[in-house]
Amino acid sequence: MADNEKLEQDFNAWNAKVEKANEKYPERKKQFVTGSNASVNRVYTPLDQGDFDYRTQLGLPGEFPYTRGVQPTMYRGRFWTMRQYAGFGTAEESNARYKYLLDQGQTGLSVAFDLPTQIGYDSDHPLSEGEVGKVGVAIDSLADMEVLFDGIPLDKVSTSMTINAPAAVLLAMYIAVAEKQGVSPEALNGTIQNDILKEYIARGTYIFPPSPSMRLITDIFEFCAKQVPSWNTISISGYHIREAGSTAVQEVAFTLADGIAYVQAAIKAGLGVDDFAPRLSFFFNAHNDLFEEIAKFRAARRVWAHLMRDRFGAKNPKSWMLRFHTQTGGSTLTAQQPDNNIIRVTLQALAAVLGGTQSLHTNSRDEALALPTEEAVRIALRTQQVIAYESGSAETVDPLAGSYYIESLTDRIEKEVLTYIKRIDDLGGAVKAIEQGYVQQEIQDSAYAWQMDVEKGERIIVGLNKFQVRENAPKGLLRVDPEVGERQKRKLAALKETRDAASVEKALVSLRNAARGSDNLMAPILDAVRVYATLGEICGVLREEFGEYRPNVMF
Amino acid sequence: MERKIRVLVAKPGLDGHDRGAKVIARALRDAGMEVIYTGLRQTPEQIVSAAIQEDVDVIAMSILSGAHNHLFPRVVELLKEQGVDDVLVFGGGVIPEEDIPFLKSKGVAEVFGPGTPTSKTIDFIKTNLKRTLS
Repeated sequence: MADNEKLEQDFNAWNAKVEKANEKYPERKKQFVTGSNASVNRVYTPLDQGDFDYRTQLGLPGEFPYTRGVQPTMYRGRFWTMRQYAGFGTAEESNARYKYLLDQGQTGLSVAFDLPTQIGYDSDHPLSEGEVGKVGVAIDSLADMEVLFDGIPLDKVSTSMTINAPAAVLLAMYIAVAEKQGVSPEALNGTIQNDILKEYIARGTYIFPPSPSMRLITDIFEFCAKQVPSWNTISISGYHIREAGSTAVQEVAFTLADGIAYVQAAIKAGLGVDDFAPRLSFFFNAHNDLFEEIAKFRAARRVWAHLMRDRFGAKNPKSWMLRFHTQTGGSTLTAQQPDNNIIRVTLQALAAVLGGTQSLHTNSRDEALALPTEEAVRIALRTQQVIAYESGSAETVDPLAGSYYIESLTDRIEKEVLTYIKRIDDLGGAVKAIEQGYVQQEIQDSAYAWQMDVEKGERIIVGLNKFQVRENAPKGLLRVDPEVGERQKRKLAALKETRDAASVEKALVSLRNAARGSDNLMAPILDAVRVYATLGEICGVLREEFGEYRPNVMF
Repeated sequence: MERKIRVLVAKPGLDGHDRGAKVIARALRDAGMEVIYTGLRQTPEQIVSAAIQEDVDVIAMSILSGAHNHLFPRVVELLKEQGVDDVLVFGGGVIPEEDIPFLKSKGVAEVFGPGTPTSKTIDFIKTNLKRTLS
């Protein structure tokens, strides 16, 4: 204490001197803020740490509260999984891109589905017109899934699938493809996103209302706990919340509030917290403010560990650990001078690594313009490899711990996240807060404030509102073959000719009955995909039984 | 006195990225316009019917899925079929520059890419309205 008093005297004297000099040589700005508009001090010292306690606030890597990382040795054991989100056109084209990426040293797959697939429509549905194969691969049935993973041994790779409302169907298809390869469900590694709440908040590919959606999710938790024990049953996502314009604090707060809602739903469905919580995983964004982003990841781990242990009484340390995937920030990329995006992605990827991510997708420089070309994807992957092999960032665990600034940011984010969680609890939890539009409104306010700051020049985006140059239209962008839709329709028609119609009919009836009752839906869905019922047929039955979500539109 | 400009901000297609649409909607409202936002997943038919029902001067569409070449021209076509020729139709989103001439040839008045300031969109509307405000 006496030390701190002395330091405080020194600090005040120093500050007075600096303020005086400031009158003559002012600093660049009156106020300095983080990427999320939080105020930043001139310098950080032990005075900013209050009653800092190393053992309770940081602890050691791999130990509660996991501020320093979920594994004891982190990247000294092995690097994070380098996982590029990819998929477009038909299953054949995407299969070729996956093989290319694996060949280039990528260590896990990440499947992007087209919008009709994500919303549970077959390629021949009227609403699919113009969208088939555009932002991801088109999957109508198990037949497409067999092609997608052709020649890729599913017991050797881990596969992440960005699929939410119809997650149960795509997981069932994955299990069925594995069966055909002779791989049992216990041997499968991977993740389904399966996070419907952030679809209502920010991403938009919802189908069913909250209640049956939560049932589908807890059915998956239960099924996987028994049959696919190494599968990450959900990836609770802040990524899209941030892309929609939230601050770093809001990203963590709303994601963890969604996490709380899933835990509560599963407990309510009769599951034991330690039976499903070890398989929960998370997905965050990484934006440009290096220090704030690093602190964000550290704070998220600490808050979740306390929530799981203290609020939900989880006993298994694996239930306390917040494991997460990171993707660099798509909304930070500029269409202007797109090569500059390589540098942005490097900073963001570094933040993810210094923040202890388990896997990482680095965006490609051309993604403000179109889906990435093969060359752009290779640079993005090489960015991760340079950080891993050349930067020295992976050689020790949590290298920035103890930085007065980093710890101060971590504490602040933790505190503000807890305030938001309390507010959402008071509103009745995440589902209620979303239905009332509270979460969406908070995000929209941040998004609008950001846009106005950029337009007023209070926030500089290099190449966009400063350092502009005259540019020619970019050449050589990736274009999805417009014939994909027709090809996919023909494949679907041929499938419907050749499959056993009676078995399909029978499987869909069983599914309908299960949906009306309370049995776990995974078994009837698996039966239906095995006989080549289509995604649209399966989701169609569930749409009829569950109804569709109607959002509360506002801006 | 001049009446307010009425704008329909619309999200055609299936993509759920409406940060841009909402920011634009709010900026237009702050600029004194009356703004209606359709919400996600609107078919061209729904957009045109909302535009006619709300008697708007402007349809501003946002799309990020790559389906613009299919969906934007369809909206213009349907307006024509309904005998409406005085509504200003434009769009924005992740749209390659090389697609813009095609979209303009189909009657889409302008296409704004990522990074466009809202002030530019506001000016564009004010100077290109097809209807009078008196």
